[in-house]
Amino acid sequence: MKALVEISDFPILGRKIHGKRLVYLDNAATTQLPVQVISAIDTFYKKHNASINRGIYLLSQEATESYVQAKEKVAAFFHAIEHDVVFTKNATEALNIVSHACEGRLKKGDEILVSSVEHHANFVPWQVLAKKRSAKLVILPLSAENKIDHSLLKKFLSKKTRIVALSHMSNVLGIENPLADTIRLVKETDPSILTVIDACQSAAHIPIDVQGLGADFLALSSHKMLAPSGIGVLFGRKDIVVDFEPLLYGGDMIDKVTDAETTFAESPRRFEAGTQNPAGAHAFAEALSYLDKVGMDNVHAHCEQLGTLAYDLLVKIPGIEVYSPRIGNNGILSFNMRGVHPHDVASLLDSDGVAIRAGHHCAMPLMSRLGISFSCRASFYIYNTSDDAKALYTALMKVRDIFKKGDS
Amino acid sequence: MIDPDIPAESMYREHILDHYTHPRNYGEIKNASTAFSGRNPLCGDEVKIELKIEKGRIVDVGFVGGGCAISKASASLITEGIKGKTIEEVKKMKKEDVLKLLEIPISPVRLKCALLSFKVLENAITAYEKKRDEHG
Repeated sequence: MKALVEISDFPILGRKIHGKRLVYLDNAATTQLPVQVISAIDTFYKKHNASINRGIYLLSQEATESYVQAKEKVAAFFHAIEHDVVFTKNATEALNIVSHACEGRLKKGDEILVSSVEHHANFVPWQVLAKKRSAKLVILPLSAENKIDHSLLKKFLSKKTRIVALSHMSNVLGIENPLADTIRLVKETDPSILTVIDACQSAAHIPIDVQGLGADFLALSSHKMLAPSGIGVLFGRKDIVVDFEPLLYGGDMIDKVTDAETTFAESPRRFEAGTQNPAGAHAFAEALSYLDKVGMDNVHAHCEQLGTLAYDLLVKIPGIEVYSPRIGNNGILSFNMRGVHPHDVASLLDSDGVAIRAGHHCAMPLMSRLGISFSCRASFYIYNTSDDAKALYTALMKVRDIFKKGDS
Repeated sequence: MIDPDIPAESMYREHILDHYTHPRNYGEIKNASTAFSGRNPLCGDEVKIELKIEKGRIVDVGFVGGGCAISKASASLITEGIKGKTIEEVKKMKKEDVLKLLEIPISPVRLKCALLSFKVLENAITAYEKKRDEHG
């Protein structure tokens, strides 16, 4: 399988690592930038850089205009109609905006429901919130296939459930939860339950329809979608965020400030305190245009095919256990090699130019469910090829040989 | 020797793999005078070191935990190196001495793995001395 895009669009992939070709397989953590996005950043800083929203001069107008256009692009790309687009520094901040604003809406004994597949970003804020408000954090167990199960969900929803926050795609296993039906089920149980989707992984792999998914909130990060780090998005339903308490207070998010008190600007501006990141927003819009040309359906098919191909190679290696499914892993493969610590695997792979992640992947509750403390994770994206999967296989065989020597 | 451009392969020499798969002084010891645990922030791996000290000399040592090859081999080599030494001798040890014991180039990201048990050892001795001084 060839890459889905021109590899030459991604200059970093031409880098040598310890003299070897870089095989970048940590895309579930962050993706690389195409030249189109890098030059968008370059152009912004060479021609249009200024602080947005405040300046009367031309540069500030241009920067502001580009920021507004980026928001429009984001709204269109993710099909947001009844949702405001809030730019944040990442998805973690986006989720914290929601959990922070929910503080005043919870009372003792209320329940917040999350699943055991969550990334810490969609777990810790809710756990902390529950503790602060003496509410209960209810953790929805997964099905045998590590998916969200509606019959289980029905049992775990109660009259006290106030918030349901779920991951759209596991950053460890690559499994997608088609949440539109899940959200419908929650809303049918009680329309006042706030629903939150962590779409960090899914946004990079499948077309996202914010309106169609029907959740009140959806969070994602741009750096998993060919854009630089430092830009995340919170989609918040307009009628809910209208009186939401902001997370950050300061410049630009106010309506009026007096010695005695402050009134806040309307959403989304009330959530965007301080100097924003217009270059990042502009770069994200450019990255979305790039993905538009590739087509998200093609992105999905490419990663899925590579994921299955890599799965079939990995299971050929003696002592390898793969936790991701063969089909439906979206190119995200978590695995362990018996008797070898993931950090040793990752270190040795690095000497062959193969970059993978090793650790708990910010999903410790899921790790403990899988009965492990950590794993290796190889994750593919549009610039990866079957040669990259083979390079992973060859490098892993070498790790196995090295540790076999120590075993004798 | 710390070198950012060291390919990891050079860390996994035969003696390191040998100490990883057959760690020396592995397991708890009887009548330990002091014990201390520490965690590697990189991976969460924990190492516990127990020392039996008589007349200021380490007469027995044991460790448990340590996940990766580098941290486990390092714990094995360190415990081997300090057995029979006096506390004063061990207190003079520096991290360079530990890296010398390992005899491999360490990449900066793995330095915490290599030095985890050394840090735990230092804390174990500090805890022992504190307890000893408090009890006269």
